[in-house]
This record gives sequence, C-alpha cells and structure tokens, in this order.
Amino acid sequence: MRTQTLIGLAVLALCAGAQAQKSTADGIAEYRKMLEDGNPADLFEAKGEALWKQKRGPKNASLEQCDLGLGPGVVKGAFVALPRYFPDTQKVQDLETRLVSCMVMLQGFDGAEIAKTPFGRGEMANVTALATWVAAESRGMRFNLPQGNVAERESYEIGKRAFYFRGGTHDFSCASCHGESGKRIRLQDLPDLTKNPGDGIGFAAWPAYRVSNGQMWSMQLRLNDCFRQQRFPYPGFGSEVTIALATYMGVNAKGAESIAPSIKR
Amino acid sequence: MKTPHWLVTALATAALLAGCSSMPSSAELDAKANQAIKSSFRDQGIAKTDRLNQDLGQSACSSDKPPSDAVADKIMAEALASVKLPANGQYLGDWKAGERLAQDGRGMTWTDASTDPKANGGNCYNCHQIDKKEISYGTIGPSLWNYGKNRGINDLSSPAFAPIAQYTWVKLWNAKAFAACSNMPRFGYKGLLNEQQLRDIMALLLDPKSPVNQ
Repeated sequence: MRTQTLIGLAVLALCAGAQAQKSTADGIAEYRKMLEDGNPADLFEAKGEALWKQKRGPKNASLEQCDLGLGPGVVKGAFVALPRYFPDTQKVQDLETRLVSCMVMLQGFDGAEIAKTPFGRGEMANVTALATWVAAESRGMRFNLPQGNVAERESYEIGKRAFYFRGGTHDFSCASCHGESGKRIRLQDLPDLTKNPGDGIGFAAWPAYRVSNGQMWSMQLRLNDCFRQQRFPYPGFGSEVTIALATYMGVNAKGAESIAPSIKR
Repeated sequence: MKTPHWLVTALATAALLAGCSSMPSSAELDAKANQAIKSSFRDQGIAKTDRLNQDLGQSACSSDKPPSDAVADKIMAEALASVKLPANGQYLGDWKAGERLAQDGRGMTWTDASTDPKANGGNCYNCHQIDKKEISYGTIGPSLWNYGKNRGINDLSSPAFAPIAQYTWVKLWNAKAFAACSNMPRFGYKGLLNEQQLRDIMALLLDPKSPVNQ
C-alpha cells in the first residue's frame, strides 16, 4: 500500500519533470530521492531485530549471544567488517553465512537446510531480515574489513580472480560491467568495484529494498542475480566464490560509508 | 663458544617466518580460485556448469592484465577463422526486426527455457547507443548512431558497402577477431543469434533506410 502510493507519487514526479523540460536522468534522480523518504526496508529491519531477540529453533534460544566478529552480542560495527575469518567455523564468512552459523550453533537449526531454501522463503527470508537489521546497525559507519589473517587475504585474492573470470555463453565476468568507472547498462549506472566506488555505492548499499519486484535483496541474492545475468550456472548460497567476491568488494570499499539497507529501483 | 651474530639473526628470522603462516604463491592462488569456482556453482535449467569450462579467449582475458601479444594474436586469428559468412553473400535483413532484437536483452540465463537463438535477443542497447530515439542505452560499447552513414554508405551500391558489411558481420559473429578481449559476446560463434537475426541487426546498422542512418 505504502509502496504503491510512493510509486504513484514518483510517477507524478516524473511527469512533472517532463513538463519542466528536465532531463530523464534528473527525473530518475528525483524518483530515487522520493523513494528514500519511505524505505520499506524499515519493515524488514524491524522484523530482523525481533528475530534476533526471539527465542527460536530446536534449542529455543535467541541470537543475542551471536558473535558477528566483534564478540558475542556486539552488532554495531560488525557489518562494515565482514566478511572476516571466524576461528570457531575456521572459515571466512559473510554476514549471511555467519548468521546461519549462529542459528545452527545457538538455536539448533539445520544449516544445510537453510542454505538450500530459496530466497524469500522460510528461514532464508528470516536470514535476509536479520541481515537487514544487522546492516542497519552500522549505518553511517565506514567499511574496514580485517585482512590480518591469511585466510582473509586468500579470500581477497580468490575473489579478485573470480571477479575477472570470464565464462558462460556471453563471455562475461564481473569486470565486464564493474571494471571501469562511468559506465552504464541502459540507464543504470555501474559502480566500479575494483576500487572504492564511493559512499553508499556498490558493496556499501546492500541489503537493499527493490521497488521493481517488491523484495528485500541481500548481498547473496544480489550476487546470485549478477551471475544469472552473466549467464553463469547457479552459485550456491554462501559458496566460496560468493564469500570471496564479497571480501574482494568489501576490502576495495575501504573507507566507503554504508547506507545499507538502501532502496533501489 | 660464542654464537656468531649472523647466526642469531638468521635463526630469529626463521622463527619469525615459521610463526606467521605465509600466503600461497600466485600460481597456488590461481589453482585455489579455479577450485573455488568449480565447487561453487551447480546446474540450473539451461545454465549448466560446463559454462565454466573456458576456451583460450576466455581464460586469457580473465585477469586485470591483458594477454601477451602472441596470445592475443592467436585468439584473434582463431576467431577470424571461425567466422561463417552469410549464405549467398546476403548481409542485410529487415531493420525493423533488427531494432526489436537490439531492444531485447533476454536469453540464455537459468530462468530462460530454451537455448534456441529464436528465444534470444541481441542485448545491443544494454551497451550501445543505436537509434537516437531510444534514450535508454548503455555506454560499455561505442555509439552506433549513424553507423552506416558515417562509413560512407549512402546507398547499397556504394563501393564502401562490401568491406564494411563484411567487417560488421565478422564483428557480430566473433568480436574477438578484432580485439582478443573484447567485451562483446560472440553472437554467431556461440550460437546466440542465427544468421537471419544477424542479418536483421546488420540492416539496423547499415541499411540507408534504417532510422540509425538518418
């Protein structure tokens, strides 16, 4: 309902823009600005916070003791330092896979079962809501991923190689679209992800609410759909390539301000 | 007996090196990355994991550095040799159908049903300006506005036509013929578009009647 009103207003804004002889780009910028006034991501954020505190799962426990990298229960600042290495799982993990580990360790959920649940359904929808809230708790903070551990540096190097890996029917890699500054697909600006693309751009903007399909998109889903459009086969949720790419983008984004959860067309 | 100073330093350095685990070599990281890529994807619909098996044109263009001149030359020569020119030397189809294909970005993803070229678009506007009336165009490739006109093709009998038509056909069939690491998909070589679809896109670019050349 709220979204429909927003879209209606935005369309009006676009029409008004056309009458005033504004450029299309101006009209679109205005549309995006209006959308920011009421971001439905707020609803997912609230759901995530409630899920964090709620006793759930076979162990009937909350996630309040979950260690996102800064110690048990520390949420603020965790998002802008992920992915990172976790000694208990002996893996580099992004926010979503770390949340699943906490759901397994603290609440007794079946991690493999969650990993194969489609986005937007069941416990996967809960992981996305939790990620939205955890990200929001670091809003305005700057990315600064740890690279002190060999596994973290290795993840970066693997991510860099995956970023440039060309394959599929169309010979695309991530770099085909995100390896240069100032490029567009149709009217969509493409962030250059080989460096810090700027505050709130690229890695610093997700999770995001997508107006075009009315869904909350986590970084895992963002990457998943990039690979779909790249004409690649299907990347597993939390697979090594997805974590390594997040490490690569996150380290490159060092110093960028997080605006997540943001709103996208 | 007093331990020589150099020995103390060497032992201390060795101890330090042993204490911190070291990074794998670049070649080891390449191998780890390939392993990670192989293990991270699964088949979904028409998008099978064999799409990760790279040919030379893909593997040699998979880093932030270009391949050596020798490798680039090999890729370009092989690409040129792969091109199938159109039957009966008929290069041009219908520019209206070409415009529809240029607008259409669909095809070959795991949510598409068929790998038949008939199910695919050309994706052209995603990366190129073509007809100026379409304001929603990408900028990864160069503008193609006035493509034929700028190359001196005012009518189909002009002497400029034959070489430009052949060059453009080769570019669409296998863009690696002219740039080893071109960003452009190899539409003919990879079976993304059939001959008739390529002819229609050719007409959009080269037909003097096409809006592109007004």
